[in-house]
Amino acid sequence: MNDRSNRRGGLLEKARIRLRVNGEEREVLAPVHHTLLEVLREELGLPGTKHGCELGECGTCTVLVGGQPVLSCLTLPVECEGREVTTVEGLAAGGALHPLQQAFAELGSAQCGYCIPGFLLSAAALLRERPSPTRQEIAEATAGNLCRCTGYLKILEAIELAAARMRSRMENASD
Amino acid sequence: MGDPVAAVAALDEETAEEALKLVEVDYEAMPALMSIDEALQRPDARIHDYGPRGNVHKEVSFDFGDVEAGFAEADHVREDTFFFEGNTHLPMEQHAAVGSRGPDGKLTVWSSTQTPHYVHRALAKVLEMPAAHIRVIACPNGGGFGGKSDPFSHEIVVAKLSMKAGRPVKVTLSREEVFYCHRGRHPVAMWVKTGLKKDGTITAMHFRSVLDGGAYGSYGVASLYYTGALQTVTYRIPRYKFEGVRVFTNKPPCGPKRGHGTPQPRYALECHVDKFCHDLGLDPVRWRIENALSPGAITANQMQVRTIGLRECLERVVERSGFSSKRGRLGAGRGVGLAASAYISGAGLPIYWNAMPHSGVQIKVDRGGGVAVFCGSTDIGQGSDSVLAYVVAEELGILPEDIRVMTADTDLTPVDLGSYSSRVTLMTGNAALQAARRVREPIFAAAARKLGVPVDRLRAASRRIFDADEPSRSLSFAEAVVLAESEFGTLGSVGSYTPPRSIARWKGAGVGPTPTYSYSACVVELSADRETGIVRVDKVWIAHDVGRSINPLLVIGQVEGSVYMGLGEVLMEEQAFRKGRHKIPSMLDYKSPTTLEMPPVESILVETLDPEGPYGAKECGQGPLLPVIPAVANALFDALGVRIDEVPITPEKVVAALEGRLRGPRMPALTYPQTVVVPPLAPGAPAAPPAPAASPGGSR
Repeated sequence: MNDRSNRRGGLLEKARIRLRVNGEEREVLAPVHHTLLEVLREELGLPGTKHGCELGECGTCTVLVGGQPVLSCLTLPVECEGREVTTVEGLAAGGALHPLQQAFAELGSAQCGYCIPGFLLSAAALLRERPSPTRQEIAEATAGNLCRCTGYLKILEAIELAAARMRSRMENASD
Repeated sequence: MGDPVAAVAALDEETAEEALKLVEVDYEAMPALMSIDEALQRPDARIHDYGPRGNVHKEVSFDFGDVEAGFAEADHVREDTFFFEGNTHLPMEQHAAVGSRGPDGKLTVWSSTQTPHYVHRALAKVLEMPAAHIRVIACPNGGGFGGKSDPFSHEIVVAKLSMKAGRPVKVTLSREEVFYCHRGRHPVAMWVKTGLKKDGTITAMHFRSVLDGGAYGSYGVASLYYTGALQTVTYRIPRYKFEGVRVFTNKPPCGPKRGHGTPQPRYALECHVDKFCHDLGLDPVRWRIENALSPGAITANQMQVRTIGLRECLERVVERSGFSSKRGRLGAGRGVGLAASAYISGAGLPIYWNAMPHSGVQIKVDRGGGVAVFCGSTDIGQGSDSVLAYVVAEELGILPEDIRVMTADTDLTPVDLGSYSSRVTLMTGNAALQAARRVREPIFAAAARKLGVPVDRLRAASRRIFDADEPSRSLSFAEAVVLAESEFGTLGSVGSYTPPRSIARWKGAGVGPTPTYSYSACVVELSADRETGIVRVDKVWIAHDVGRSINPLLVIGQVEGSVYMGLGEVLMEEQAFRKGRHKIPSMLDYKSPTTLEMPPVESILVETLDPEGPYGAKECGQGPLLPVIPAVANALFDALGVRIDEVPITPEKVVAALEGRLRGPRMPALTYPQTVVVPPLAPGAPAAPPAPAASPGGSR
């Protein structure tokens, strides 16, 4: 269903979009050409997803759609209807940090922190498919995420630490 | 190029874009001067109407101790020429600002700035408003590296448009606009001549640098002085001459990037050291260790060294890396390189001349035992907020998480000059130390009375105040606060820090002095492919004299980040232009290292406990970048036997060098100004404040 915006000065064609974001059904009215990045930040009030270039070059805006990392600056919301969108706001479960977030905090993996949501989601997708990744596999999975502060090393270490903790948690759960 | 010429505000971006199409601009075509040579060849086509002549922005020449006499005494004289291409900060967050004028007529600007105090000053000046009616808040910052230090056009624009529109106005730069905003690393052509005795003792050094400043001044006068200031603070150089020229071109303006004006000459110097050691058959490790300055040294250009961990940095990095047993022995295409460096822990003088403190801290203690710390310092990811908490917690004997830190708000926090020149830990740390000790006095006085213990026997730790001789006699921090407030009234304090006066007594010595220098040494091991010219860094060892490591996790984070940025600069990053336009204003084409290029790094922290630093601390955010670049160049010589005297060292340059067709860099043809002969300091002369180098305000 399309609406003509009646906002003063705004003549943009808007569409009603239904998204499932971080486990919640959300419905928004947004200009049809706005990207998932813009809709998450501007319409849905989820500014945890950052923009670094808006051209698909830096990985900063990475979110998960159906569990897969996508660049939200190159994704239209209509493409995501009916699929689960996960942003950094959806990583922590019930007030408890995700093991990745916990490990990043402990090891000082974030400096300015701007690229970190993208790294967390790229890493979360990797660990879901490969619970015991090698250092090289971690580096490859996050090679599309640029960081200018840290030199990456503490990020890679934190992903390894989180992977180890998630494996032992799984083993304990299955005992 | 990249200059804003008009601004419109609208309800949404699309409407603003449409409105922009209605703006018509008549341009008068002028020649585009895109290099130092072009700018010098067209003195008639002046970019600015200031500067000594043509397109020269600033030129300096100083002789400290008669270098010609030093060259006459030398057994060996070597000259080298180098070029360092410009590169940019590339912070992950693009600059953004919001302006809003409230119903009271007062203006608030939120900005991704590293220097809210300087933005505040610029807004008051440009808008012709009382500074007291303007509030600048620096937002959590997505990376700076020096690129958010200038007051920017968009910060003025949001302020002015919000006042006109009566609504909040936001500007966010696109990534391409960030490339054009720039204020990054200057391209610098450098020439260095050194005279030595056979045993390697330097008799004199003459250094020239010519900077491509781009289209505006930025902090370029300071950048120019920095390309000549710190060569002297590592090794013994009894006579020194520096000549430098900064030229305007039509490129985006250059300014301060991590290391501000010192990575270029440090690259040149450390490669030059390896070359003259090679000439004289000297070991580059031993030469550096034997010629390192001693604590308390005063250099030819009157810089005062306090503590210096250079020798220890060199010894430890060489030992841990196995440098001496690897050099020349790793086999074809593999090599190791060594370099060392120094950096300032905060500039000795502010950007604008004044006698006020560089950093101020206020502390409020409430009757519930809560402690709030207010400071104008700006956390850009380096962790400066946490340093305030650590220092105050240490002094009051409480925990960092007990403290609320409020920073970077010109209405609410005392002035701190900003996050630049690696000044924050030392300067705000000292200001916080003073404020915390002052607020502790009434708390200890009240506690002493209650416990019946002399004040000087009291200690504070783990949220308790106790008798050092009989620790069971104690009370909680919160109880002591209630007693103190009951006795003395509301508890609060201020503290501030001003750097010690420099001993230097020459005009221009405003750049270079610092409370204390940090030192670094680095070994790089790499592999180079003779066919493709591709260089892979296998490992980096780096030792850094941080004075005292207040939080090793954050210090090592700064060291690793510096190594990363240095590797990007030496191997791939360049702010290059073609036909008057930026060649690659995108993050895909402006190559920077990814997770796949980053080698393992072994960081070694050296502690020299500098008396001027809080608990002995020096800087760590910029210095460790410096030795990485020449260490790579020196390692490449070890690996392939070729010298590439130009940064970045790209694969095509490596291949060209191996094929003997790499044209070495050359100096632009220009005349240097008349030399100012600086007399040596009279022994025992009273220290006088140096004249400021200039006032490199944002608009010049």
